[in-house]
Amino acid sequence: MRVSRGAKIAGGTVLGLGYAFLFAPILSVIVYSFNESRLVTVWSGFSTKWYGELAHDDRVLNALRLSLGIAAFAASGAVIIGTMAAYALARFGKFRGKALFSGLVAAPLVLPEVTTGLSMLLLFVLMERLIGWPQGRGAITIAIAHVTFAVAYATVIIRSRIASLDPALEEAAADLGARPFAAFVAVVLPLIAPALAAAWLLSFSLSLDDFVITAFVTGPGATTLPLLIFSSVKLGVNPEINALGTLIVGVASMVALTATLLQRKSG
Amino acid sequence: MSAATARRRGVLALPWIWLGLFVAAPFVIVLAISLSSAGYGSPPIDFFIGWQNGHPTFNINLDSFELLASDQLYIRGFLNSIAIAGLTTLLCLLVGYPMAYVMARAPARLQPLLVMLVILPFWTSSLIRVYAWIGILKENGLLNGLLLHLGLISQPLVILNTPIAVQIGMVYAYLPFLVLPLYATLQKLDWTLLEAAADLGAKPWSAFFRVTLPLSWPGTLAGALLVFVPASGEYLIPELLGSSTLPMISTVLWTEFFGNRDWPMASLIAVMLLLVLAIPLLFLRGGQATAGRV
Repeated sequence: MRVSRGAKIAGGTVLGLGYAFLFAPILSVIVYSFNESRLVTVWSGFSTKWYGELAHDDRVLNALRLSLGIAAFAASGAVIIGTMAAYALARFGKFRGKALFSGLVAAPLVLPEVTTGLSMLLLFVLMERLIGWPQGRGAITIAIAHVTFAVAYATVIIRSRIASLDPALEEAAADLGARPFAAFVAVVLPLIAPALAAAWLLSFSLSLDDFVITAFVTGPGATTLPLLIFSSVKLGVNPEINALGTLIVGVASMVALTATLLQRKSG
Repeated sequence: MSAATARRRGVLALPWIWLGLFVAAPFVIVLAISLSSAGYGSPPIDFFIGWQNGHPTFNINLDSFELLASDQLYIRGFLNSIAIAGLTTLLCLLVGYPMAYVMARAPARLQPLLVMLVILPFWTSSLIRVYAWIGILKENGLLNGLLLHLGLISQPLVILNTPIAVQIGMVYAYLPFLVLPLYATLQKLDWTLLEAAADLGAKPWSAFFRVTLPLSWPGTLAGALLVFVPASGEYLIPELLGSSTLPMISTVLWTEFFGNRDWPMASLIAVMLLLVLAIPLLFLRGGQATAGRV
């Protein structure tokens, strides 16, 4: 169908306004991170001094280190458990408890974060009382909680990739004498590798970004980056947060681009 | 037990243990705590099942239930959440439907880029994106600066810490959740049907309402629920952009737990939140099943 000139202009306007709405806030953070003034909304000249202050702020660096460690652990755990769950859901046909199983896998996708956070905290408190572990709360309980919600996302990504593979490939490997685990490693794993990487990256960035669930399951001393940002945002806008936000946006965009390309490749 | 069965159990063991311990058990515990009394120890609860002299004791406490039903605070929190999430869904539809429509009709080579641009904010720190709106909406912020500069207003508008700021932040945060499924549905739509409608004399608007809109219904429904369900449990946006002007139910739960240390009440709100959300979710499953067939 031919698209008229008027329709093209109208369409362009709709998209332009929509994308402006989505990106203007992020751009304002980036622009003002290079502002010299401490007053965030008065432009007084270009400066990178807030980045310098950031690099010397021990609280930020410690929080960053903690967050990166937890995110790497959570992403790895989520991909391992997510691969097993995805393989079972995609390849095992009907198995006992499948409806419950897939419900539990998907639950963190649909539960409100406050519910997930509160209920996991209550579990940790009760476990400590009954079996003495985990002692108190901190990095370990945050990592467990992050693995748990990331499994939901990882399973969705990996499952759709496994489901698109031809089961005949594994059967051929079996016919040629490969044991099931060897067939999985030699045939399935290389084919789903891009999906595994995409799932890892998504889990990593979700963990790095989580505030609500972390706030419930953290303990004294374990301040992740979002917890630190939240407490300083409550005190008002400040240029150091703009600089930190710009760095986070930069890293997140690269991670998102990589993951999208990986998923497109895995089709 | 055959080798195949053993293998299956091996693959399923770790996911079952993890999901049972960290997804199913917490849910049961939240239910149990909502029936218990608030205590003064650490943790501040008297558990509703106890064990004394070799037999179990029950001390079920329904105070939280009575309070939930009688105190306006909780009911208002729920109503606020539903109203804000509903309005967010509606506004996202008004903004997002035209966007998804234009994206689906754009030249094919442009479409991956357009989709990427909608996904990108979704990957970016939600905390930073909400924080950005504080700088825009506050009294000496960017929006007021711009409007004053253009001479459209003579006094700065008070937007931050009002329900309007919360609503802007909500639409901003949830727009991609609506655009993406809707685009996916519209993109698969058979546009020759519109040509057929035009050939049969339908005006473009009437063709839209009688052909495009009904065919895109599954994607619209899926997108609307993907916005409504998480929006009604949102905590960060009402907290940061609304201060306490508009308590949503998640904010109330947060205050009960962290402020009042009333664990049973917080647990009861969590359970109620599940019940309120479980109903739309049933629709979501149906909606997705339908969307999958289109």
